[in-house]
Amino acid sequence: MTEETTNIKRGVPVWAQVTIWTFLVGLLALVGFGLNRARNPMAEIGEPVPDFDIVYYEGYEYKDKTQMKLSDLQGKVVVINIWASWCKPCEQEAAELEEAWQFYKDADDVVFIGVDYVDTPAGANEYLTKFNITFPNAPDLQSTISSILNRQMGVPETYIIDREGVLRHVKIGPFVSVDEIKSAIQSIE
Amino acid sequence: MFVEFGYGVLLVSFLVAIYSIFAAIYGATNKSASMVESARRAMLLTFPLLSLSAAALVYLLVNNHFEVSFVYEVTSRSMPTYLKVTAWWGGQAGSLLFWSWLLSAFASAVTIRKWDRDIEFLPWVIVICSTTLVFFVGMVAFYENPFTRFWLVGGNVEPHLFAPLNATLFTADDGNGLNPLLRHPGMVIHPPMLYLGFVSYVIPYAFAMAALITGRTDDRWIRLTRRWSLWAWLFLSFGLVLGGRWAYDVLGWGGYWGWDPVEIAAFMPWLTGTAFLHSVMIQEKRGLLKHWNMILVILTYALVIFGTFLTRSGVLSSVHAFANSPIGPLFMGFVSISLIVSIALVIWRWPDLRGETEMKSMLSREALFLLNNLLFMSVLVVCFWGVIFPLISELFTGQKVTVGPPFYERATAPLFAALMFLMGVAPLSAWGHSTLQTLGRSMWKSAVAAVVVTGILFVTYTKNIIALVGFFLIALVIFVTLQEFWRAARARQRAQKENFLTSLSRLMGRNRRRYGGYIIHISMMLMAIGILGIELFQTSTQGSLAKDEQLNISGYTLQYKELASWDDRGEGVNYTRAVVDVYKDGEYIGELNPRIDYYFDSQQNMTIPGNRSTLNDDLYVLLVDWQPVSNAGATFKVYVNPLVNWLWIGSLAFMVGIIFAAWPDRDPAEEPARSGVARSSKQTSAAD
Amino acid sequence: MKKFFYSFTFAFLMAILFTGVSFAQDTTPPTDDEVNAIASQLYCPVCESTPLDVCPTEACKDWREQIRVMLSEGKSEEEILKYFEAQYGARVLAEPPKKGFYWLIYLLPPAIILLGAVILLRSMKQWTTKPVAESTGTGEVGGDSSPAKDDYVARLEEELKKQK
Repeated sequence: MTEETTNIKRGVPVWAQVTIWTFLVGLLALVGFGLNRARNPMAEIGEPVPDFDIVYYEGYEYKDKTQMKLSDLQGKVVVINIWASWCKPCEQEAAELEEAWQFYKDADDVVFIGVDYVDTPAGANEYLTKFNITFPNAPDLQSTISSILNRQMGVPETYIIDREGVLRHVKIGPFVSVDEIKSAIQSIE
Repeated sequence: MFVEFGYGVLLVSFLVAIYSIFAAIYGATNKSASMVESARRAMLLTFPLLSLSAAALVYLLVNNHFEVSFVYEVTSRSMPTYLKVTAWWGGQAGSLLFWSWLLSAFASAVTIRKWDRDIEFLPWVIVICSTTLVFFVGMVAFYENPFTRFWLVGGNVEPHLFAPLNATLFTADDGNGLNPLLRHPGMVIHPPMLYLGFVSYVIPYAFAMAALITGRTDDRWIRLTRRWSLWAWLFLSFGLVLGGRWAYDVLGWGGYWGWDPVEIAAFMPWLTGTAFLHSVMIQEKRGLLKHWNMILVILTYALVIFGTFLTRSGVLSSVHAFANSPIGPLFMGFVSISLIVSIALVIWRWPDLRGETEMKSMLSREALFLLNNLLFMSVLVVCFWGVIFPLISELFTGQKVTVGPPFYERATAPLFAALMFLMGVAPLSAWGHSTLQTLGRSMWKSAVAAVVVTGILFVTYTKNIIALVGFFLIALVIFVTLQEFWRAARARQRAQKENFLTSLSRLMGRNRRRYGGYIIHISMMLMAIGILGIELFQTSTQGSLAKDEQLNISGYTLQYKELASWDDRGEGVNYTRAVVDVYKDGEYIGELNPRIDYYFDSQQNMTIPGNRSTLNDDLYVLLVDWQPVSNAGATFKVYVNPLVNWLWIGSLAFMVGIIFAAWPDRDPAEEPARSGVARSSKQTSAAD
Repeated sequence: MKKFFYSFTFAFLMAILFTGVSFAQDTTPPTDDEVNAIASQLYCPVCESTPLDVCPTEACKDWREQIRVMLSEGKSEEEILKYFEAQYGARVLAEPPKKGFYWLIYLLPPAIILLGAVILLRSMKQWTTKPVAESTGTGEVGGDSSPAKDDYVARLEEELKKQK
């Protein structure tokens, strides 16, 4: 009925197919990798923890230093406790953590570091004073530390890193007793 | 007992669905009608099986079987029975079962119809529906099992499906209770509506794939599924609107739409679905855009699965994404495979999908519809990129970012404005051919009227330029559409010698899709009035008031009178309710009761606004905080949301419009197909 | 968002919480509206996707107090937003800052839309300018009438015909 120019069935040209597939697979891969990255924390148990900076709150220090890197603490067992002043369950373990710290601090083999997640200086100050916490504490600047370690983006969570800087133990939720803390630390000896 | 039974039939339905896939493929490839019939019966069998499984779950929910972990998570003794039933879709495992159940219902409904000359589609429709069903049922049966129970194993409570060695069943005294946010009537029907919409889109997709596989690439598949896609669109739209109303009533931030990833996940299939509704008309009327329609229906299906996944995986957390579970990678895999297979099929059949006619004018209706599709796709690009950008950013920079309302509003506002303009022009253009002259001739009256309206608003209401542009477009669309009704009815009146109303109703009745569409356009404009009002003119203030102290906002005066707090143990809620007197321009107009409900079982607060709604504006008062000491006072946050009621009025009209358009009048299969148009791919011209 | 200033007496409810902080109070304390004007531009990681001014959690209350403290110290809006970004990362801002990698989010969608528009325009040009034999669409509804004729009437006649 109309033009009789050509009757050839033209498929999709090769270059277009290549473009389409590259784009599609690329997009899916990008989303897939992003998903994977978002689901898993960077530090897995049994693997070295990526290095990060720790800048202590005013009034806190470790070995006279007010800031350091995680890697500066190699050779010691590092207990990192992520907490926040607005977090009610954190209060349950605050006194226990301090007590455990008192137990370990003189031997100088285990370091406790409190990392304050999404908190204000005022709130942190009040909390630290209330529970009389003496082990070094630092704000989680830009949430860097929690994005490396934190499993569920909830607080409290505690991580124990061995002398070689390998993550060995993760505790989600508060410790119930000093003994639980001690046995967690001993478990990696 | 009920647990074993429920899980048992679930597993059987999984196996039956798998059988139907293979039987259908075998039947289609070996031309064995009996095998296809067997596959069809297997497909039909999944519905009663899944219904039994669902009934078992509902029984457990209603009867406080807290040894079942899903029941423990979503119900509590104090919840009324109807909420216990709706708790079915209040958690991840249950809502996936709900999804599967709906899908088997729809798939059964579509396979029951008389197939006659479309029998070759049947096996492939079964394959697509069953594959989707197998994926969802498998997810329920093996990853997110609602029938898992708690067991006491050596002093620890562990969730297992079957009793581990030396374990005894553990039954909690009371459950966690449904998230209070989900106890609102809006939330009771919002997820089912959304899911109905999601699931209905599987059907057009299944037919599209069947068309590609069998090579019957004319528009038969579109005609067969036209009503499905309309109903799907209805449910999806209804679900979105209900979600908005729910947010406005319950979330307590004075708005209805927060551009959060989960909302957008439900909005994206709506965008492609809307584009599809328009572009199928071009294929039906002009035989153009066959490739494009395939791509749109594939995209819609992928976005439906993606949307279910997003709300379920917790990848992109937001107000209603509660979950974080192992099913993410599975969803991702399923979406990827279905996209890749579908696109491969389209490329394979590309030459058979050539257009049958030519596009002749840049101003013809088909050209304007194409522009409409471009705009919808643009909104989709903005939304999709905004939703996945945080993932990509974290991948490359290690930093999380938020993509919030300012981004979306800035990017989509001009696109929506352009869509509105198109809505004003396209109904006047003709299929095949229009010129600026013909368009101008039919439009000028409406345009003048719209300018007059805008002028009046400029003098009396606002000097805001964005608002004026918006109101101009709204007025233009409404006038153009009304004029369309008027002219067509008048012409028919003259031709048929009827009275005007009879003419109008007959005209509309004979062409439901067109006039339903026009009603939808007008409703959209009513909604746009509300959106413009709240977006551009919302004012808010917050203040802490002592008793009898006052707060002023936009002509309203609020006076804090009293506050009472009491427990309702039966419902498991503590209510704190304030009494606020409202004056407008010094005159007392009533009292409002903003409250905070505290749910004991889930330990959550709900902020319920006191809202005074008029056509002019909403006065929306939230109780933010209060002092336990009686005379110290309370803090209120007050919003004045001008015109927002038009959003809800528009939504209702919108529903009426869709139902009008989708109402079955006659079987679309009996409509004559386009005649005389070349069916084959004689022409080389690309249609799209 | 518009700011409203009121002269009502402001009950400083939360001040008890912040005994440790010294206020450099030279003027009246900031109002809730001033605090909210800034808070509405921030997103607290604890309640994702909800702006800070309406998020009900404890953490967000603390944040709003932080804004209030900073305002009363005489900090400007910009300084406060900068502080929050430095302290808690880019995610607290309502949209990514316009720098570095983040430009992608602003540039990619317009680029794709433009590309789409160009493709559409080019193919439409191709379709419309192609020499086409006289009449192609023989059977389409509302068929093509000559432009001079009122196409609307043609359409209607077509429709009426169909209805009979």
